[in-house]
Amino acid sequence: MKKILALVMAIMMMVVAAGCGGGNEKSSGSGSAAGGEKKITMGFSQIGAESEWRTANTESVKQAAKDAGIELQFSDAQQKQENQIKAIRSFIAQGVDIIAFVPIVETGWDTVLKEAKDAKIPVIVVDRDVKLADDSLYVAKIGTDSVKEGQNVFKWLDEYMKKNNKTPRAGGDQFQVVVLEGTVGSSVAIRRQEGFKNAMAESADGKKFNILASQTGEFTRQKGQEVMESFLKSDRDKIDVLFAHNDDMALGAIQAIEAAGLQPGKDITIVSIDGVKGIFQAMIDGKANCTVECNPLQGPLLMETAKKILKGEKVEKLVYVDEGIFPADVAEKTLPERKY
Amino acid sequence: MKEKLKAFSDSSLFLPVVALAVLLTFNALFVDGFMTIQLTEDGRLYGRLIDILNRSCSLVILSLGMTFVIATAGIDISVGAVVAISAAVVCSLIGGRGDGVAETPMFLAILAAIGVGVFCGIWNGLLVAKFKIQAMVATLILMTAGRGVAQLMTGGQIITVYYKPFEYISGVIPGNILPTNIFIALAMVLLVAFLMKKTSIGLFIQSVGINPTAARYAGINVTMVIFLVYAFSGLCAGVSGLIESSLIRAADANNAGLNMEMDAILAVALGGTLLSGGKFYIGGSVVGAITIQTLTTTMYALGVSSDQLPVVKAAAVIIICLIQSKKAQEMFAAWKEKRNQNNKAATQDPRKLAERMVKEA
Repeated sequence: MKKILALVMAIMMMVVAAGCGGGNEKSSGSGSAAGGEKKITMGFSQIGAESEWRTANTESVKQAAKDAGIELQFSDAQQKQENQIKAIRSFIAQGVDIIAFVPIVETGWDTVLKEAKDAKIPVIVVDRDVKLADDSLYVAKIGTDSVKEGQNVFKWLDEYMKKNNKTPRAGGDQFQVVVLEGTVGSSVAIRRQEGFKNAMAESADGKKFNILASQTGEFTRQKGQEVMESFLKSDRDKIDVLFAHNDDMALGAIQAIEAAGLQPGKDITIVSIDGVKGIFQAMIDGKANCTVECNPLQGPLLMETAKKILKGEKVEKLVYVDEGIFPADVAEKTLPERKY
Repeated sequence: MKEKLKAFSDSSLFLPVVALAVLLTFNALFVDGFMTIQLTEDGRLYGRLIDILNRSCSLVILSLGMTFVIATAGIDISVGAVVAISAAVVCSLIGGRGDGVAETPMFLAILAAIGVGVFCGIWNGLLVAKFKIQAMVATLILMTAGRGVAQLMTGGQIITVYYKPFEYISGVIPGNILPTNIFIALAMVLLVAFLMKKTSIGLFIQSVGINPTAARYAGINVTMVIFLVYAFSGLCAGVSGLIESSLIRAADANNAGLNMEMDAILAVALGGTLLSGGKFYIGGSVVGAITIQTLTTTMYALGVSSDQLPVVKAAAVIIICLIQSKKAQEMFAAWKEKRNQNNKAATQDPRKLAERMVKEA
């Protein structure tokens, strides 16, 4: 209840503040005619709030807009492409200065982005990828390098197994890996898997690992738990490593591993991608081993790029945010600094 | 013995049970260790069958409520969203504190979650029974808005509950051998079965579904019956939300109970209740719900690749529905009879021919 109240208050205060701002501008407008540039308005369409990670992404964009003095028109698509297209159309109708959006799927954006281009509104694609016949429909893409994240997972895993002298639980000379994939067909899931597999194929130690099973957990805790439960029923005493495409699935899987009477983090080495707070808590408890960060704090970079574009400066078509790898031994130190 | 078998094969439960049995037999034959149930060191039962029961509980409870709603020729497509609301209520009340302390006593939080479920049911009931809005439209309102309400409560976050007793709702209380939610589902099924056996509520619901006008002339308070049915469905959704959130120890407003309304309707249909209302089969719905979960578990166990999963599931559902369809049964019987006749004709023909030949001679 408190939170809702706080939310309502915040909205009211924003409205009031905006009102004051408008009033000031009017009164001071005649005084300093040349003073201050026009406030930039950005239309931003977010997918929804499917995970803590996404929430952090949203918060980052909102905060960065405030800091950069950009007025943000925020729209939550609740996991539906049609809602996003509607939102982008309404941004065009409102005549915002710039549009940014996180595409929920890769395809189907040509028409609406063409409309934006015709209205001469630059578009920035954030976080996920789009497939377009004409790449000039967007000006820049800000995001994370999913392929590299997959590669990093394998690199860390290989080193960790060597460093700790781990041996396969079921004997033999191969570690058995199970994978919890993300939503079928999503660019992130495809590329993370690709990065992991490529790194495995290229590495000299690749032969030491075998992907025993790979199944979608749809990026959610519940499915991650359910699928892991099933993996464990088939190969309880074989599985050495769990690679989850996101932390939430790993968190679900940890519960399933405990229910099976195994020790997550010890019997089964767990590595996932994203770096949400929950997984840091799990690492501190010794239940997970590593998370490869997928940095959601893309707001500042987005605002910076947007400003550059509107000033007419040249920007790179692909801009990546900084990302790190966080093994369990740094978790305790890192947790307080984590913003998401 | 034979009579008993005959009675069972004529009963409404026969086909759903056969469908489930076929599925289980398939698993027993083709999936290693599907039927094994072990006792773990801390005294819990462990195995795929237990998983199926554990995971089907919330669907079983939902399908109880759904069966009554469908029996009155209505439908409640808001249950999935109500599950999300109930999960959001219980988790935000207990709170996501890392040190494992509950902000609100757990039983109060549970009561609140169930209460919210009932409230949502009452809302649906008012719209359908009192204001005579079509059930599909009336419940569509909550289906669309419900998830938004849940998001508002959780502030768009996934609230993880670290309070230990919360996981006992869907987990095993130390000293027990089965997860608690199985007992909750069992208790609700027994309660409903008791009400059906000992009171005439079942008859009221059925008559409202067959012909509301006639039911009113017979002295049944039709508005009240319909209202109660939706309220009960809301109650079931509330309890389901508790179980769903306890399973993952978190409230996930986006995914909790997602598409569960469709699974619940499917469970009722698999159980042999017609969507046009009237006669209903509680036992069938329960078996139907377990069948759906068995199907999902089977897919995981077989390692069906994730992009093919929906297709295989759909194919299995079509087969189950065809087995149960009256029309398909008639067609099959007709086809069998025809084949028998053909066979007979073929064997009889030479004799007839011979007879004729004798007569002619």
